Amino acid sequence: MKLSRIILYLILIFFSIFYLTPVYVLLCTSMKSFAEVNLKGMWNFPKKISFESFIQAWRGNPSRGLRGLSQNFMNSIYLVIPATIISAFLGSMNGYVLTKWRFKGDNIIFPLLLFGMFIPYQSILIPLVQVLQKTKLYGSILGLIFVHSVYGIPITTLIFRNYYATIPSELVEAAKIDGAGFAGIYQKIIFPISMPGFAVTMIWQFTSIWNDFLFGLVVAPNPAVQPVTVALNNLAGSYFVEWNIQMAGALITALPPLLIYIFLGRFFMRGLLAGSLSGV
Amino acid sequence: MKKINREKIIPILFILPSIILVFIFVYGFIGWTGIVSLVNWRDIFPDFSFVGFKNYKELFQDYRFQVSFKNTLIFTALFLISCIIIGLLLAILIDRKIRGENIFRNIYLFPMAISFVVTGVVWRWLLNPGPSLLDPIGINMILDKIGLSFLKSGWYTDPKIGIKAVVIAAFWQMSGYVMAMYLAGIRGIPTELFEAAQVDGANTLEVYRFIILPLLRPITLGAVIILGHISLKIFDLVFAMTGSGIGFSCDVPALYMYDKTFRGNFFSQGASIAMILLISVAILIIPYLRYSLKAEVKR
Repeated sequence: MKLSRIILYLILIFFSIFYLTPVYVLLCTSMKSFAEVNLKGMWNFPKKISFESFIQAWRGNPSRGLRGLSQNFMNSIYLVIPATIISAFLGSMNGYVLTKWRFKGDNIIFPLLLFGMFIPYQSILIPLVQVLQKTKLYGSILGLIFVHSVYGIPITTLIFRNYYATIPSELVEAAKIDGAGFAGIYQKIIFPISMPGFAVTMIWQFTSIWNDFLFGLVVAPNPAVQPVTVALNNLAGSYFVEWNIQMAGALITALPPLLIYIFLGRFFMRGLLAGSLSGV
Repeated sequence: MKKINREKIIPILFILPSIILVFIFVYGFIGWTGIVSLVNWRDIFPDFSFVGFKNYKELFQDYRFQVSFKNTLIFTALFLISCIIIGLLLAILIDRKIRGENIFRNIYLFPMAISFVVTGVVWRWLLNPGPSLLDPIGINMILDKIGLSFLKSGWYTDPKIGIKAVVIAAFWQMSGYVMAMYLAGIRGIPTELFEAAQVDGANTLEVYRFIILPLLRPITLGAVIILGHISLKIFDLVFAMTGSGIGFSCDVPALYMYDKTFRGNFFSQGASIAMILLISVAILIIPYLRYSLKAEVKR
């Protein structure tokens, strides 16, 4: 092997170590027993594998006032699944209209929708809280589902619009001549070939809603309703919670999106690139 | 005649709910925040007496706002430069027909899938200097072991470093994204271009310098905009990793807005911070949106 190739591999390996270091510490620490955990030994491999930390992080410890993540993990599940499905369907419908049933002014509507995915949400938080309080959605999982469905519209519309743009319009035109209407064409032609679009959109939405922190923090002040990211931050923010429990909690929180990344990374990538508008 | 009308109206009816929702929840709410920033709402009871730009004037004289704004600029600059240089380097190296390409690519990209909160919690421990530099933990301990002790520092606990330590965590999370963007870009360049250049006698470096890098310019622009707007509004990572830090050395406007509004009930001032955040993001995003959509029409 030539020297330049060796250097090339060394650089790649160096960066691999950098990206994997936090994972190493996460795994090692969360699998150590309480007796073995100390900061001096944070880089050491566990002598004995123990799942105590996970159990404590998951179940909590009422005698010490330690809240586990189990309830919040389930909150995140209950909130992510409907919000993902709703925003994906809205996106699919919008993408279908914007590409196959173009109307006057759609070229102005689309960028206006799109801008919504870039705004700092701080600029809408105050009215959002006011409106949610008035409609009794504040502090509820239903409220969070609603918020994520609405603010998911821009990105899901973008992904589906790009996807449907690759489907030849002649298919739709031919169906129109045959007398098929808006709903019929969607049901018979568009929806059956939409699965890749749904995969990309839903994986993207699942990951970003799961990972959301700001909406969870502001819209759900009650610990029983909070999503898992907010609960993890609370867990890690209290000084009496041991370091290994924090790490186990971090791993629990990271697990669902990581599993998606590992098994469905291809679709995740496409969502990422769509988000950068490089595929517009 | 009637048929044609129906055919035009039905699709609009289906997209209308989304349009209405976005117009209320994005544009209507932004307008409302703008109004709140111009009134005198300073506790839990709304007070809508108009005060003009008083909140903004106060903000620009406010020490914490000045520090947090400066921090954001430093953060954005370092974050962008590091992600783009390393992202491009890794993309070029990965493209050199290496073994285990998939493995490397996945290792570089997986942090993207993780929540900023998780990243913050983990890096808070890794960059924790421990009781003292002589009694190190985390990264400092590793630096001692590999003979790079001079690189040891207090990281985010040192007010002189502050937000710059958060850049390391942000870089860890997002640089793989830039790598993926560049890699997609390089792979999109027709191979005939390389072959033609090689026939003309260009060496590898020249091919990169004169063919690949110029063709990657739109990707660099995209990366600058995407990372730039993420870093201007960065919140979760700082919140989970450091908070506002000693002497606000880790503070950012998004965090200040949260503190002012939801911890301090200074709604009008919070709204004015939010509006400044929005304007800084809009300056970056709107031209890019126009550029992207125009480029699309041309194609």
